[in-house]
Amino acid sequence: MKNKDLSFWLFLAPVLFALGTVVLLPLLYGIYYSFTDWNGVSYTQFLGLDNYVTLLKDEGFRDALWFTVKFSVASVIVVNILGLALAMLVTSKIKSRNLLRTVFFMPNLIGGLILGFIWQFIFTKVFDSIGRATGIEWMQGWLSDSATGFWGMVILMSWQMAGYIMVIYIAYLENVPGDLLEAAEIDGANPWQKFRNITFPLVMPAFTVSMFLTLSGAFKIYDQNLSLTNGGPFNSTKMVAMDIVDTAFKFNMMATAQAKAVIFFIIVAIISLTQVYINKKREVEM
Amino acid sequence: MEKKKSRQRLIIEVLGILFGLLWLSPFYLMIVNAFKTKLEIFQNTLKLPAEWTFDNFTQAFEELAFLQTFMNSLFMSVASIVIILFFSAMAAYALSRNGSKLSGAIFFLFVAAMLIPFQSVMIPLVALFGKADALNFYGLIFMYLGFGCSLSIFLYHGALKGISKSLDEAATIDGCNRFQVFWYIILPMLKPISITVAILNIIWIWNDYLLPSLVISGAGTDTIPLKLFLFFGQYTKQWHLALAGLTISIIPVIIAYLFAQKQIIKGVSDGAVK
Repeated sequence: MKNKDLSFWLFLAPVLFALGTVVLLPLLYGIYYSFTDWNGVSYTQFLGLDNYVTLLKDEGFRDALWFTVKFSVASVIVVNILGLALAMLVTSKIKSRNLLRTVFFMPNLIGGLILGFIWQFIFTKVFDSIGRATGIEWMQGWLSDSATGFWGMVILMSWQMAGYIMVIYIAYLENVPGDLLEAAEIDGANPWQKFRNITFPLVMPAFTVSMFLTLSGAFKIYDQNLSLTNGGPFNSTKMVAMDIVDTAFKFNMMATAQAKAVIFFIIVAIISLTQVYINKKREVEM
Repeated sequence: MEKKKSRQRLIIEVLGILFGLLWLSPFYLMIVNAFKTKLEIFQNTLKLPAEWTFDNFTQAFEELAFLQTFMNSLFMSVASIVIILFFSAMAAYALSRNGSKLSGAIFFLFVAAMLIPFQSVMIPLVALFGKADALNFYGLIFMYLGFGCSLSIFLYHGALKGISKSLDEAATIDGCNRFQVFWYIILPMLKPISITVAILNIIWIWNDYLLPSLVISGAGTDTIPLKLFLFFGQYTKQWHLALAGLTISIIPVIIAYLFAQKQIIKGVSDGAVK
């Protein structure tokens, strides 16, 4: 197919039209609107950077951003450690490995909204009952302050994502050649040396994929935030995605919300690009 | 040495199973409590129900209008998937059979679009489609094509590199036009990657909440995630109905998973690793 062929353009037309009207045009409009006093329908004047200057002073947005950063860092660490541990468990020679694989992956298929509702029940009712029955104080009153809201979100995220990340690590672990490990064992390598010098370098690319997926997944999270804590108490667990949605559709401040959305876009793009760049570079060096 | 190893393995086995049970415990607690009365959930959350009642399930089923809601979810997902698969495969085919710089640039545009998070375009998107009077079921399916095509084209493009161009040429000599080559020769050969693309998209679309909530909420075509808010009012939480409703909502997913778990896990793994 050549550029001048009609068929080339006919084959591309549906997706180009869809991507253009659904993603690209809204993105460009959105960037433009963020410099105006747009109200969702029309705008009367060009404001320059005013919306962005307002955001610098917006404590709610800063808190949401900081909470999101903390949440993302904690999630990346917990999900990846858990995911790798689960992957090593189900690729070992235990009999229940296939069953466990099915079990650990299961939460990943169910929507974040439903999972959040389930864990809201676990944290507020089940934890509370256990806490009262045993007298353990830290199990009572979950989701009623920002610390338990934070860890509640991390636990929920880990439960949902660890199975997914496990599957990625499995794909790489199964590519580690068995005869290489055997040869190392004959040469007198202990289990740690085998892991450090053979398994780990070969699984390294999985870190690229997994950290990238977890970090951007955690940063963009909305459904789980909505159904588990709904941002409460007092907006202390509200994350950026939810802050944007609320600013736009609850408080009807469209231009402000869109300025937040642009900042959100820039951060997500930077994270993704940096991650890809760093890991690509490290892979080449190893 | 061997004995020590087999004992070690037994310990790992037992710990693994215990951890697996712990992993499933949220589902267990949800199901068990769904069989209790409203009062009993508060008095006795941890034990089995004193008297198993099925009332919550029948009531939740009715209030969710579950059959209708389920069909809404199914129709929306299937329609979106079919459209995404067909048009993405077609586009990826065109891009892979054109080695020009322009073709490369268009492919790069699709890949780059994956970096754009939904929340950064949703407000103008809703405004734009509102103006065009397209905030409805069909508008939603079209939006899924827009958001879903990037990853799908990327995956198809990778698979198409492995299909030799001589096949195209042979079919063309036999009198096939471009579309016939695609439809009769290429598309059947893309079946394995099509399953992967379909699985990745269906997990996302079936569970999606925010986009449908902005586009079709209250129009009588509510999907499962939209309807579930019924039991979570601002001030009243009806846990007995909510837990039953959540259980009902999860059952179709679990059944699908048990039937197709090999393909699902493989699809998810391929989609992430490529």
